[in-house]
Amino acid sequence: MSGKARPAPGMPLPTRLGRRLGVRRSAPVAGPPSLALGPPRLLRSAGLRFAVLFAAMFACAAVALVAVLWWATAGALDRQTDAAIRADAIALSERWREAGNTGLVEAIEERLAVDVENEAIYLMMEAGTGRRIAGNLDSWPKGQPETGPWFRTRVLHDGLAVDARLHRLELPGLRLLVGRDETERTELRRLLTEGVVWASGAVVLFALAGAWLIRHALQARMRPAFTTTAAIAGGDLSSRVALSGSGDEFDRLAQTLNIMLDRIGTLMEGVRGVSDAIAHDLRTPIARARAKLEDALATSEDEESLRATVEQGIADLDGISRIFQALLRIAEAEAGARRAAFAPLDLVHVLADAAEIYEATAEARGQRLETDLPDSLPMVGDRDLLLQAVANLLDNAIKFTPSGGAVLLSAAATSVGIEVTVADDGPGLSLEDRAHAGERFFRADKARATPGSGLGLSLVRAVAHLHGGEVSLVDAVPQRVPPGLRVVIRLPQG
Amino acid sequence: MRILLVEDDAEVARFVRKGLQEAGHTVEHATNGRDGLFLAASEQFDMLVLDRMLPGGVDGVRLVETLRSQGNRTPVLFLSALSAVDEKVKGLKAGGDDYLTKPFAFAELLARVEALGRRPSVDAPATKLRVADLELDLLSRTVTRAAKRIDVQPREFRLLEHLMRHAGQVVTRTMLLEKVWDYHFDPQTNVIDVHVSRLRQKLDKGFDKPLIHTVRNAGYMIRAEP
Repeated sequence: MSGKARPAPGMPLPTRLGRRLGVRRSAPVAGPPSLALGPPRLLRSAGLRFAVLFAAMFACAAVALVAVLWWATAGALDRQTDAAIRADAIALSERWREAGNTGLVEAIEERLAVDVENEAIYLMMEAGTGRRIAGNLDSWPKGQPETGPWFRTRVLHDGLAVDARLHRLELPGLRLLVGRDETERTELRRLLTEGVVWASGAVVLFALAGAWLIRHALQARMRPAFTTTAAIAGGDLSSRVALSGSGDEFDRLAQTLNIMLDRIGTLMEGVRGVSDAIAHDLRTPIARARAKLEDALATSEDEESLRATVEQGIADLDGISRIFQALLRIAEAEAGARRAAFAPLDLVHVLADAAEIYEATAEARGQRLETDLPDSLPMVGDRDLLLQAVANLLDNAIKFTPSGGAVLLSAAATSVGIEVTVADDGPGLSLEDRAHAGERFFRADKARATPGSGLGLSLVRAVAHLHGGEVSLVDAVPQRVPPGLRVVIRLPQG
Repeated sequence: MRILLVEDDAEVARFVRKGLQEAGHTVEHATNGRDGLFLAASEQFDMLVLDRMLPGGVDGVRLVETLRSQGNRTPVLFLSALSAVDEKVKGLKAGGDDYLTKPFAFAELLARVEALGRRPSVDAPATKLRVADLELDLLSRTVTRAAKRIDVQPREFRLLEHLMRHAGQVVTRTMLLEKVWDYHFDPQTNVIDVHVSRLRQKLDKGFDKPLIHTVRNAGYMIRAEP
């Protein structure tokens, strides 16, 4: 230990520093250190708070129980004694009123004679002189306050000092004391108190044990979610929260978390898909354009051919930027970012516009573009994207339909929503190709000779998903050769 | 026209400036939003061409909002690398008149600048548009050439109307899609060309002087002289 380090009380400074550094060094570099697995600090633990709350509730319940028990036992005995004394005192004062001092003395003697339990206490004195007339007490208890008729004190009864509950009665010329020996009741109260103390100990123990259990159960139920989120923060996106299968609140939370993780996974895949596409499929046209320009620079004889190549280069670049634009639109639609542009619209208008835009093109290629549309198909959506999707389908259909063929655009409201169909007289798609259609940049072998980026159907699919719908591909006329292709977009109602 | 260009990228600015000057316009250039706002507020311009994202704390949208709040109604064209539709909507809501996404063809920019800068006068709404012997009646929705009635469909009528309102100016295919069909989308193939050539056939059939001209690498123009 260096002599210069200021010694801190408790733990020397260098050691503390060393420990802190040690912890920091061993922390994983990738994730934030606060995500390290393990119980949270005690005071911040929600588990502890629940546990303390539980213990407090448990203790309150126990206190209430004891209070009721006390009132029903010891309290009841006290009330009983008081009632007996009051009745006795009233009876004695009645007797005095009827039969005077003699009657009262007789009554007291009678009562003492039948008191087998030796509990009753009486004292009858002359008020002025303090002379004892009757009763089983030698003298008036000393040091008693003169306030109130009821009091409790120690008296000498049958030669023993006992606790007694007493009632004072003032009659003309007389002082009367009526009471009961409380020794047994005191004993009972002591036993009860003892019981309550033991029970309280048990209550504290159970409360603590319950609190400990609650805290651990909570931690155990939280641990899968915690492990998963920590794993995801650490870069393992495939991790999912394990469900207990009980379907309780924790399972519901875990399910929500898993759905969220799936969605994030899809988005990540989309982003990865776009970057893959950029890496693999944009490089090719860029390389082609670059090669052409470089070649022209090196070998062009005259200005005319150089100009032609540069123009071609610009057209190539425009093509690349259109692919890029399409990719961004797909990504935007897939991320759901364009829901902000949703507005109520009539899909029939959009479809009619699309048909109108492409009808001239179909006609120029010797095809018929037929439509079968209802009067109105109200929905909420992004009209530019919906038009783009239908335009992509029509463009495809027209591209692959031979001269003299027909393309049919139809739409109908079904029981579950809206169905938009584009059917063509083209070569159709094999089952295998159908499975891949809609993947970015996928182009069926037959289609490679026609111009196109292979992004059209991906966008259609992304737009359908954005509107909560789906796309399916089937043969237009299954028995015919070639069967043609029918693309169906199903959108949910509203 | 006297045009203010606010663009921070030197190469794009040089290219746009040179092209606009060659087309006969005077161009002032600012490289950031603060200078651009100062120039736009203190001098008289016929047209502003603004980059959407600008350095210096004042971006294109802020610049236009500030100008508009001062009552300055100079037409504004946004140039932007942000292509998302809501970005476009944001730009137009702030007071922009048109929006062009980078990368763009210069011909497209020039056509839009000229369309914006020479908007038809509002004080005397024309009921008839004329180019040479072609006449379009906006009230009776009829088209005649040399007093001969030509039958056009409603969309063709709107297409012709747009071309005639910008007679002598280049109108690009994207502008036609946006203004005549009112959609922002990429038609992939030249669907517009087919519509224009169909219209052209109807107009020029039986006449030796064509009116709708194709401008190479740019778009279409309607004018009397070839």
